[in-house]
Amino acid sequence: MSLLQGTTGEWEMVIGLEVHAQVISNSKLFSGASTTFGAAPNSQVSIVDAAMPGMLPVLNRECVAQAIRTGLGLKAKINLVSVFERKNYFYPDLPQGYQISQYQHPIVGEGSILLDLDNGETREVGIERLHLEQDAGKSLHDQHPRKTFVDLNRSGVALMEIVSKPDMRSAEEVGAYLRKLRSILRYLGTCDGNMDEGSMRCDVNLSLRRPGGPLGTRTETKNVNSIRFVQQAIEAEARRQMEILEDGGSIEQETRLFDSRRGETRSMRSKEEAHDYRYFPDPDLLPLELEPAWVEDLKAALPELPDDKKARFMADFGLSAYDAGVLVAERANADFYEEVAKGRDAKLAANWVITNFFGALNASGKGLEEAPVTAAQLGGLLDLLADDTISGRIAKDVFEEMWESGKDAAVIVEEKGLKQITDTGAIEAAIAKVIADNPGQVEQYTSGANPKVIGWFVGQVMKATQGKANPGMVNQLLKKHLGG
Amino acid sequence: MSVDVGTVRRIASLARVKVEDAQAEALVGELNNILSWVEQLGELDTEGVPPMTSVVEMELPLRADAVTDGGVAEDIVKNAPDPSGRFFTVPKVVE
Repeated sequence: MSLLQGTTGEWEMVIGLEVHAQVISNSKLFSGASTTFGAAPNSQVSIVDAAMPGMLPVLNRECVAQAIRTGLGLKAKINLVSVFERKNYFYPDLPQGYQISQYQHPIVGEGSILLDLDNGETREVGIERLHLEQDAGKSLHDQHPRKTFVDLNRSGVALMEIVSKPDMRSAEEVGAYLRKLRSILRYLGTCDGNMDEGSMRCDVNLSLRRPGGPLGTRTETKNVNSIRFVQQAIEAEARRQMEILEDGGSIEQETRLFDSRRGETRSMRSKEEAHDYRYFPDPDLLPLELEPAWVEDLKAALPELPDDKKARFMADFGLSAYDAGVLVAERANADFYEEVAKGRDAKLAANWVITNFFGALNASGKGLEEAPVTAAQLGGLLDLLADDTISGRIAKDVFEEMWESGKDAAVIVEEKGLKQITDTGAIEAAIAKVIADNPGQVEQYTSGANPKVIGWFVGQVMKATQGKANPGMVNQLLKKHLGG
Repeated sequence: MSVDVGTVRRIASLARVKVEDAQAEALVGELNNILSWVEQLGELDTEGVPPMTSVVEMELPLRADAVTDGGVAEDIVKNAPDPSGRFFTVPKVVE
């Protein structure tokens, strides 16, 4: 647990998150307009989304299914009856004058999420609820000196608001929470988790207290749009609150904005009066009643989720918690690894995928789908390693060459004559030359003054054979020839 | 339950309805009449009776996830008072 060190003692952060995750669906929550990102202004707006008088919302079945899947993925209670309510406020990008949301009866109740922390430990954070609601349109403030432009393409796209319990105690835990939530959403295919495009947005509720003491007053920092900024916003807001509290002041419960350029949060006073949302059940929509059999069907069709996959990788492949965690963070990475590992040494495969393959991928700034080496090709390299065709050192060179040329490992080994020398005669010839050229080192070894010099001999022989000699054989033959 | 003139002003402000001071006084009486009339419902014993959500016996209809609408940006902004291209515009709102 990380505590803040103030001048009057230690402070503990108490943090809860509200994440708005855009649902992956073809059409909007209550209308048949498309949800595609980046279309021409107002081209994906139906008269329902524009809130023309008399238009009625009709609920999208797939959006409901996506919310249920997400609830199941968060090990949460699915509420078989939920209610859509109107949340009333005025804003230019909200043509209805209210957002259709869920309030007293959300579709998903309490659940939990397991954080994978940097030190390899896990920690459970409670989920308070998940509800379905409409997204608002988009305001553009930089198009005109005196006007705000409004595009309603996003208006009415389905959102899942996922509310955590105030269980987090540091910016690091919040980062782990967001990464894990995003991973689960992507595995489920219910949200693409893309914070840059705003398909996952985050509000941070934060207060400070003395360790173990009563809860303090919280503030809500809105719409922070990257994990890094969320962590910066938390550090900045915690520092601001600590300074006020240590000076004997009190925290005002309010909504704040994070200014990423200045690295500070500031008050968003205009939202204050709007806090009276006067929720009431939407008279255009009946309560949503779910058939238990439908929920069961959705549950049966869920993919293997990151926690289960990680446990399986550890149990079946003997991987460490850390390696398994790295491999399962993205579903595509896990699939890639499994293809490489299939029928091969799973630990060796994990090392090669994590260290060499991901290393090269990160260095090149490429995504997995653009990688010049396929899983089958990497597997081919490991096969050459496993049957002693090449040594581990040569394998690294071959991999680099594969990354450059996209050729198969076997082709490169053949073309460059990199096959490991397992011919005793060839190795012995190299050994004889090294021994003849270095009487001093031979003396050190045979006299027993420095038995470790054998390692130096191995290195020399490997060098003499351009790394192609089988190191095990070199070791064995050296000992024989040096009389050890 | 009853409202005072401050509450009336607040409700009007939240609903973006312009209410003059003289009107506000009159509205206090009107709203309180409505509230006390509705409060008669409290005389009924509704213990254990679930709230009625519809007068007809039906379930919430669900639609298939298909794109069946949109592509009418011209129509969408046609009635807007001050469109720019295919955007709506409003006086600048900046946080």
